[in-house]
Amino acid sequence: MSILKEEFPVAAMDFVTAGEASAQIKRMLKKLGVDPGVIRRLAIACYEAEINLVIHSDGGKLMLELNPDNVTLISEDVGPGIPDIDLAMSEGYSTASDDVRMMGFGAGMGLANMARNADHFNIESIVGEGTKIEMVFDIK
Amino acid sequence: MTVKEVADIIGASILTKQADTEKQVKEGYTCDLLSWVMAHGREGMAWTTVQTHMNVIAVASLHDMSCVIIPEGIRMEDDVVEKADEEGICVLSSSLTAFDICGRLAAAGIGAC
Repeated sequence: MSILKEEFPVAAMDFVTAGEASAQIKRMLKKLGVDPGVIRRLAIACYEAEINLVIHSDGGKLMLELNPDNVTLISEDVGPGIPDIDLAMSEGYSTASDDVRMMGFGAGMGLANMARNADHFNIESIVGEGTKIEMVFDIK
Repeated sequence: MTVKEVADIIGASILTKQADTEKQVKEGYTCDLLSWVMAHGREGMAWTTVQTHMNVIAVASLHDMSCVIIPEGIRMEDDVVEKADEEGICVLSSSLTAFDICGRLAAAGIGAC
């Protein structure tokens, strides 16, 4: 049974509040006494997922579940989807617009950074429908 | 070295009012690609960047950095500075270039990651 379950909606192209959900998740896990190393990895992956929702989706949500042995984070969106996941996963590849790149995003590091920080990473996408990413962070 | 000492070395003014300037700076970093900093940032960093929007604070805060340094006297909007104060991240403003800031901090013994 999970200790905690929370959902955080993320709006498309809202750069002002982008990062709020990640900051909130980080604070919650800190309060609950989760290992700081796990929180750090999760916060980084969570922020990447949140920024991806803002930049690339038509809106989505982050779902957090704290279990005794792990923390699961799911990012689910409605949007264009990813035609070639292997290509999207390769560092340096990005479809971000020039405006977004001017802000310092769109380096093509996001998905790879999520996979690197999570203990288990799974991504599924349907073109024209959306993308779902599931990440699990083990608590030692 | 503390954030306050870093500010003295680079002749910077501290824009934040409440964030702790006695926080220790463990290492220095400079990069304007936020996605890159997300991948390479670390706790206790003093991060120099010309980016001044809200997400700079989010990235610094998620990494538990010590401070953000804005070079060349670039203006940071008040609401971003307020957000930095809320998150406990010091923001320093220096008239030096990023190159000069890094040079001086390195000469003062601050290492890279």
